[in-house]
Amino acid sequence: MTTLADYFTLGAILFAIAVVGLFLNRKNLLVLLMCIELMLVAVNLNLVAIAHFTGDLLGQVFVFFILTVAASEVAIGLGLIVALYRTRRSVEVEDINTLQG
Amino acid sequence: MERLFFDLFGAASVVAALGVVLARNTMYSVLWLIFCFFNLAGLFVLLDAEFLGIILILVYVGAVMVLFMFVVMMLEVDVASLREGFLRYLPLGGALALALLVEMVLAARAGLFAKHAEHLGREVNNTAEIGKLLYTKYLLGFEIAAVILLVALVGAIVLVIRARKDAKYQNIARQVRVRKEDRLQKVRLP
Repeated sequence: MTTLADYFTLGAILFAIAVVGLFLNRKNLLVLLMCIELMLVAVNLNLVAIAHFTGDLLGQVFVFFILTVAASEVAIGLGLIVALYRTRRSVEVEDINTLQG
Repeated sequence: MERLFFDLFGAASVVAALGVVLARNTMYSVLWLIFCFFNLAGLFVLLDAEFLGIILILVYVGAVMVLFMFVVMMLEVDVASLREGFLRYLPLGGALALALLVEMVLAARAGLFAKHAEHLGREVNNTAEIGKLLYTKYLLGFEIAAVILLVALVGAIVLVIRARKDAKYQNIARQVRVRKEDRLQKVRLP
């Protein structure tokens, strides 16, 4: 029998792996974007689990909206990466230093 | 049986997530992420969210990850220089992630949450139920989501569109507005 805690634990593990991935692959913009996707989907898992265990569909509606926003975020993010690659010939985060950040 | 499938999908998704993070080649990261999404879709179905499980496969695997693949294949990425200093921030990131993980697991296991929930019967149509909610109670949010998608569409096109400078374009307005005097010149021949 699975409990809500099991799903929360799995979501936490996925989220933590994605956080480690952000630190490890901090040079590769594409993998950074993928790690963000992984974080979002880990949170989605939590929301769906809550929806199931409380018997309230609100969690699933929330996941629906998060998926929408995540899809548009990926479209914009990849557009930015392609535009960046055209001018810099690279997708390394360290090359993006025009603003001296 | 349910526990078995939870363990299967959960373990596979964790392995896939590790693959995303550790893969040497960006393309392999994309493939691992696709595998992870398939497993999470299985978990969604296990949680009575069939509609979202299908959406995850159709939209995420079918559209978003394919877009990722296109971009990875299109860009010529120097993998070796991207891997440079791969483990430099592992202590910091690992500590942060471990702290997060311990906190969240402790909170999840505190015994505050529901232990058991019955599965819905076969007569319950998940898609119809979500549809009813989306088109009544959350209609405003639904329409805002549509506008966000439209803005993302336009934004992505504007970001990557490139007008060619060497191509010859017709300017219809100028063509229509042109007068005889602009083009024709009378010269007196000797």
